[in-house]
Amino acid sequence: MKAMLFKRALQLITVVWGVGTLTFILMRSLPGDMSYRIAASRYGQDNVDSHAAALVREELKLDQGALMAYWHWLSDLLQFNLGDSLVSGLPVVDALKHMLGHSLLLAVAGLMLSVLIAVPLGLLSAWRGNPLDSVLMGLSSVIRAMPVFVLGVLFILLFALHWNWFPVAGFGTPAHLVLPAITLALSLAAVSNRVVRDSAKRTFQAAFYQFSRVKGLSAWQTFRQHGVRNIAVPVVAFFGIQLVSMIEGIVMIESLFSWPGIGHGLAHAIFARDIPVIQGAALVMGILFVLLNTLVDIICLWIDPRGAKTL
Amino acid sequence: MRVIPFFKRIFFCVSILSGLLALTACSGPTSSNTVSVSAAFEFTSLDPAKNGFVFSRMQVLETLLDVDENGLLIPALAKDWHISEDARIWTFDLRDGVYFHDGVLMDADKVVNSLLIAQSKHGALRNAPIESIQAVGDHSVVISLSRPYTLLGAVLANYANGILSPAAYDKDKKVLALSGTGPYKVFQFAPPHKLVVEKFDNYWGKKASIPYASYLTGHRAESRVLQARSGQVDIVFGLDPASLPSLQRVDILNLYSNPIPRTIVLKLNSGHRFLDDVRARKALSLAIDRQGIARGVLRIPGSETEQLLPASMSNWYLQNVTSETEADAGTPESLLASLGWKKNSQGMLERDGELFELTLITYADRPELTTVATAIQAQWQAIGVTTKVEVTNSSAIPMGHQDGSLEVALIARNYGFIADPLGVILSDFGSNGGGDWGAMNWNNKALSADLLALEQTSDPVKYKEIAQRSAQIIYDERPMIPVSSYVQQTSVNTRIKGFRFDPFERSFYLNEMEFVKQ
Repeated sequence: MKAMLFKRALQLITVVWGVGTLTFILMRSLPGDMSYRIAASRYGQDNVDSHAAALVREELKLDQGALMAYWHWLSDLLQFNLGDSLVSGLPVVDALKHMLGHSLLLAVAGLMLSVLIAVPLGLLSAWRGNPLDSVLMGLSSVIRAMPVFVLGVLFILLFALHWNWFPVAGFGTPAHLVLPAITLALSLAAVSNRVVRDSAKRTFQAAFYQFSRVKGLSAWQTFRQHGVRNIAVPVVAFFGIQLVSMIEGIVMIESLFSWPGIGHGLAHAIFARDIPVIQGAALVMGILFVLLNTLVDIICLWIDPRGAKTL
Repeated sequence: MRVIPFFKRIFFCVSILSGLLALTACSGPTSSNTVSVSAAFEFTSLDPAKNGFVFSRMQVLETLLDVDENGLLIPALAKDWHISEDARIWTFDLRDGVYFHDGVLMDADKVVNSLLIAQSKHGALRNAPIESIQAVGDHSVVISLSRPYTLLGAVLANYANGILSPAAYDKDKKVLALSGTGPYKVFQFAPPHKLVVEKFDNYWGKKASIPYASYLTGHRAESRVLQARSGQVDIVFGLDPASLPSLQRVDILNLYSNPIPRTIVLKLNSGHRFLDDVRARKALSLAIDRQGIARGVLRIPGSETEQLLPASMSNWYLQNVTSETEADAGTPESLLASLGWKKNSQGMLERDGELFELTLITYADRPELTTVATAIQAQWQAIGVTTKVEVTNSSAIPMGHQDGSLEVALIARNYGFIADPLGVILSDFGSNGGGDWGAMNWNNKALSADLLALEQTSDPVKYKEIAQRSAQIIYDERPMIPVSSYVQQTSVNTRIKGFRFDPFERSFYLNEMEFVKQ
């Protein structure tokens, strides 16, 4: 365990440096004059002109060499300072806290709901087999094939317009979280219930499982003592991957529900060439990636200690 | 055994938390004490030079002078103003008893401090010929100019020059807190999506009756329409015209269509070898089916226009120009043939072995621009001009102008950005014959002289005469080709009364609104 944590800490440092450097190189190598992009985002489309761009260039010292800018970023990073946004002038940390906080809230709520939907459905599907299995398979395929945007609009039409239960878009109250979280949960559960079903089916058909029934344990006892752990390992690993990819990949939901998440913020920062925000966001997501992976590994190890040697 | 005390503890914590939540809910903004507004544009900063538009509209920020719906200057923080005979000294008499949101009383020194900071930042004040801004006594501010400049009043009315308390800035002139003077003060600032303002009880003018107002950025037009339909948001700006017929059937909504001084225009590089002759520019203008675009693409019949400015800006609007005068110029084919362009076997125009090919750039900030661009691409294709449409960022327009790479750009130009359209016309067609968002590589000495004269003309009759002459030159020479004017579509929930629309988009007039008693 200690060796694993040490390995992961080293990984973390490499990820922080690597992600930051790569983002810097990529953003700097994009064509076009950065100062114009920043000016457009700062002053708005009606008010961007060459004077604004010149002012931005002078204020942010964009004429200084790329190496110099990189060095500044690296030395700031060593002091745990992510700098200020080039567009708003506000500290990157504040923007990240606001965006990442909302993204994590939505992602965790969405994942929890998806677990509540996927686990019972997956187990039921594996246990009862056809025709339920085929029906759930078809339903999962339909939901998965549907763009998450369409799913969101359907929910808005139903729950916000027809029944007027929840607000259409926005944030700030628990009611605002419901529709985006359900949309996210359903699109996630459409895949994860299949993973649960496959894992459960494999376990139910395994020789050790059949043997425990033969030796006289009840269905419930067998499931509790020999099923849960064996089913859980691949399922937990899959949920972990879903959570990580979700934090950065829910731009459409954020945009549809006016949710101030990091995916949306990152997309805007890229349009604006707001390098400190992009670097900060990429960095935090890189760190999260490593941390979540570590967490998933620890949970998996706890569920199945036999894997310790391979980690 | 320990399970029950544990649950008790949790229950206790949850009850305290919900109690606290209920308390905060009572004292803070709720849907019953807040008028909510949704529009497309994000904000990222407290600085009026950057995002002043949102603070001016939410009535946090006020300027020395205001603008009425006809574009005329009216008193605001200055109750009166005088211009010296040589038109170089402007004196503003400040209103008494104006408090900033931090409780400090406004006086001339504080106004001067705010204007000097605004002058040091990006905005129209920076480019005005100002020699000095000084306080005279507690209640007068005097601005001395190096030359007569009639635009000064309109420039001061721009949101970037909003007056803030000295405590609002840090030592580097960065805005830390937006202590303005408006009827609402900032309650919650959550960029880039949400701004909540709270009624300011010490306001000098008409005090607000609704305690709170919120602004939510709704990126997608579909979401905004649904917010209006569900009643979640009281006022929704920038509705998609296609959604209007269905919204008209919703009982809880009143709809408003208001023309605004923003025009969809083609910016041409008149120095380009295909576009340097006015006949080529006229041919491209004639080839555009404006009515078709207004009806079929924008879905606002009647919004088609051949002129940069709307009829409401009568100084600059030519009454004699109609679609017939446009057609008098000839047909696109005849004009292009007179320049030596001939159709090849594929039906495309060719001259000296070279195809008539242009690259048209536009930007995605306003989704209608992309669809209009592709409509124009098809219409020009019909006369044999090949157009490549590139969708980019709005900053590509000034950048392409400066580095000379721009050929054609489709833009949405706001001629009411400075309340007097001369402000934008000057930067677009001014003395150097063009501007980042205006004409390019096009020089007309008569127009330059006229615009320079307008900066110094205060006689309204003479002003109109020169402005009309300038508008005629721009129309005849087509360094820019207007396509369509804008109509702002707004929905207002029936629980709100007292809504009125500001064509200059400076204010939402929240302090005039009330909830209808039910």
